[in-house]
Amino acid sequence: METRGTTEAGLIARILAGETELFHELIRPYERMVYMTVFSVVKNEAEAEDGAQEAMINAYRHLASFRGDAKFSTWLVTIAINEGRKRLRKAKSAPEESIDEPTEGQEGEFTPALLTDWREIPLEALERKELREALRMAVAGLPDIYRQVFTLRDLEELNVEETAQALGIQAGAVKVRLHRARMMLQKRLVPLLKTTAPSRGRWFGRAL
Amino acid sequence: MKLECKHVWEHISGYIDETVDAKLREEIEKHLEHCEICSAVLDATRNILVLTADDRTFELPVGYSERLHQRLEEELKRKKQ
Repeated sequence: METRGTTEAGLIARILAGETELFHELIRPYERMVYMTVFSVVKNEAEAEDGAQEAMINAYRHLASFRGDAKFSTWLVTIAINEGRKRLRKAKSAPEESIDEPTEGQEGEFTPALLTDWREIPLEALERKELREALRMAVAGLPDIYRQVFTLRDLEELNVEETAQALGIQAGAVKVRLHRARMMLQKRLVPLLKTTAPSRGRWFGRAL
Repeated sequence: MKLECKHVWEHISGYIDETVDAKLREEIEKHLEHCEICSAVLDATRNILVLTADDRTFELPVGYSERLHQRLEEELKRKKQ
């Protein structure tokens, strides 16, 4: 991590000093992250791609304002979130949060799917294409606030603090939303798996 | 003190992320030893995380990177002029 940080800081300094071509190299590790972040907000491929390009250009234009007190990746993700939100506002003048948005506050009781079958899913089953498709659909179907936290934490692997910073919410809210998102996904996916899991094979169990 | 299943589910995420305190962690582990249902919930949730981290689950559009760098190149050139 240290090496990368130093290299990154070095790259940024050189870009600001005029070696602008190095910007390509600087952002290469984050292309996926920026796209997925914008996608988690706008939920549309074309819009997400355009938004990701725009976010990267914004990052380039404002690179001098990056102070290095945050990680560069967090700074980029924050720009990507803002770009996505800007596009969402443009797309609909209606309220941003959908009406089926669950209210936060008290610890909601999310009952997980109670099927013991899924612990018997062999590794091969996790390789199946339909399963990945089902997960994509389930994530897309999450309420916005949950999908965004889930994307940053479990897909992009930002930590709680970084996620809170990028979304402009409290760390506690990140934890609660992440938990709910995971439980909702678990509930959605377990029944699908149940019908397709073969009864024998290599088990993909607790050893993870 | 014996934990109820419902209580374990509330902390599944924290347990996976290792943010629960040592005492609670121990209680959860004790519960998991004999509770098939909670073990299954935990495994299912972990499996979802494995799938999520798999790059093939959430794919980038074909040609995304090329188009991105092309657009950046235009911006870099524009600035230089």
